[in-house]
Amino acid sequence: MSSSFKSLSQTIIIKPKSGWQLIDWKELIEYRDLFYFLVKRDVLAIYKQTIMGFTWALIRPVFSMIVFSVIFGGLAKMPSDGIPYPIFSYAALIPWTYFSSAMTASTQSLITGRNIFTKVYFPRLVIPLTPVVSKLIDFLIAFVVLFGLMAWYDIPPTLNVFWLPLLIVMMILAASGIGMWLSAMAIQYRDIPQGIGFLSQLLMYTAPVVWPVSLITEKFGSKAYLLYGLYPMAGVIEGFRAALLGHKPMPWALIGMGAVTAVSLFFSGSYYFKSKERIFADVA
Amino acid sequence: MSDISIKVDNLSKRYRIGLKEELHDTFVGSMVDWFKSPFSNYTRVRSLSTFSNDGESDDVIWALKDVSFEVKRGEVLGIIGKNGAGKSTLLKILCRITEPTDGQVFISGQVASLLEVGTGFHSELSGRENVYLNGTILGMNKSEIDKKFDQILDFSGVEEFIDTPVKRYSSGMQVRLAFSVAAHLEPEILLVDEVLAVGDLEFQRKCLGKMEEVSQSGRTVLFVSHNLDSVLNLCGRAILLENGQIASMGETKRIVNQYIQQGYETMSVRKIAERTDRRGDGQIRFTSIHLVDDNGRKVEYIRTGDTFSFLIGYASSNDQPLKNVSIRILIADEMERFITHFWSKFTGQDFKDIPSKGSFVCKATRFALMPGEYGIAIKAFVKGDLSDKINFASKLTVKTGDFFNIKRADDYKGLFVSDQEWHVENLNEEF
Repeated sequence: MSSSFKSLSQTIIIKPKSGWQLIDWKELIEYRDLFYFLVKRDVLAIYKQTIMGFTWALIRPVFSMIVFSVIFGGLAKMPSDGIPYPIFSYAALIPWTYFSSAMTASTQSLITGRNIFTKVYFPRLVIPLTPVVSKLIDFLIAFVVLFGLMAWYDIPPTLNVFWLPLLIVMMILAASGIGMWLSAMAIQYRDIPQGIGFLSQLLMYTAPVVWPVSLITEKFGSKAYLLYGLYPMAGVIEGFRAALLGHKPMPWALIGMGAVTAVSLFFSGSYYFKSKERIFADVA
Repeated sequence: MSDISIKVDNLSKRYRIGLKEELHDTFVGSMVDWFKSPFSNYTRVRSLSTFSNDGESDDVIWALKDVSFEVKRGEVLGIIGKNGAGKSTLLKILCRITEPTDGQVFISGQVASLLEVGTGFHSELSGRENVYLNGTILGMNKSEIDKKFDQILDFSGVEEFIDTPVKRYSSGMQVRLAFSVAAHLEPEILLVDEVLAVGDLEFQRKCLGKMEEVSQSGRTVLFVSHNLDSVLNLCGRAILLENGQIASMGETKRIVNQYIQQGYETMSVRKIAERTDRRGDGQIRFTSIHLVDDNGRKVEYIRTGDTFSFLIGYASSNDQPLKNVSIRILIADEMERFITHFWSKFTGQDFKDIPSKGSFVCKATRFALMPGEYGIAIKAFVKGDLSDKINFASKLTVKTGDFFNIKRADDYKGLFVSDQEWHVENLNEEF
């Protein structure tokens, strides 16, 4: 008996399931090698044949920053909490680009990956979670430009950068949660993937990417500010800015509210996904 | 550890096909409806994957209904049946790709499934990367693949190109590499769907060899296939599925025969004269075919050793007498392999001038074929051109007979009986 194979040597019972299911964490851990290779595939496949390779990870945030700086910073004269507009927007663009691309790829993952889960068994949760991990590579690469910008504007990072991992976890949870919800819905309802690009755009403008959260407190007061914190990316983005640029203290209220949402999205998403899992192969 | 590897208990699977009313597969559509009338539409929106409790409506089909069977540890079980019989659905449920509607399955042991070769292959990645990707998709661990990598490479025959992107491979190379990964799975239970239908001859042989190895290794194997030869070779028992239910189950040869009979019956049920699946220029047309015994009586079957005749009715298409006709009767076995034939020209019979209507009689003496079910195809040639041809014109059932006329019928084995005579001689010094 080859013990390196999946240790499913106890009796499995296959029968119709109903209602909400618990997540089988043990199983997910057993399949970690598969997870690793799927992430590797995602990363390699995109960059294998491109001449510029990994620099593509920089193009989106850098060019967005340039355009935003010209239009919002220059033409519209958007306030930016006293920091130069380019770095104000770039510090937001790094987590935002990750969130938006992870969420979009995750939503489409079941549809694009339908030819593997209709042929082989493995825990389906691996599929929407793969882009959530593979997009982290792009995220890390984008940091390179950030350091360049910080040097250029002579802004040293604060000690709060040690909180960045927390913010990163939050954005991962939020992206995976939405990804699990939407991917399960997308495989059943074919108009979801069409709407995701549009949704992503809307979400960007409602996030404080091109404008500062201080505008909300000014216009609507501190109650509104707190409520706004329920949008997880609000806390993440402002948190990134505060930690890296030091112009404000860490926005703990926003982060706290956002964390609640992120965690709920993650768990509710995974439960919804599990409950719909049984029909994926039938409706794919 | 139990003796039973797989126990299937009243398994059923229902699908909804087509739709009575319009069901939405767009989110916006279902949300709009949801606002319009909450209660009735909530159930409709969910009905793609759920069914109302009073069950049957005409847009619902049962891909499997009350299927039950057991597979012993180490057994190789074949599953055969027409397209749409439910074989792939059964396998998908056993592989946990889709869920049953009713019933349950108990599986005891590590399972690997092979429904397709090359699942997950990505064309931009190299062969090596794809081996790891495909291997982990199929259920292996990285360390297991590391250990077996050289064997996998060797079996596939693509060593030179292992680090080139797979999109540069020929389709044959891709299939060989993919199969090689799958061939090195070592689970206790293996579920295989028709994956051997691709590749060149050498590859097919390799695949079959590997399958034989697997079936003799003590693993439990469930093998779904249309290739009756391999099912006969590899499987001890077989199940015939028909319309989602088990039509019969038992010793492979018997089940395979049953399956073939079904095929024949649907074929030759219509009279020869009405058959439209014929070839040829049509100057002459067959109108009937019968077997008659030595006394001229029509018979349903013959025995090994019998003398009988084929009685084949014909008519010329323009009511005129025909010239230079030759007739050929081909006998094939259950695998559609050509065994023997009767041809009017063999005996020098030219049929130079024959009436516009009549019957050809071909007498076969001491017929030597073994007991079994055979198919008869008939062809007619006028002045050397093919004039009529019907495959599966009729069944030829041969039963055990008394070939040697010793008043005792025997089950001679092999394809045909060799005429023979035995006696003893005194030992000759020269030997």
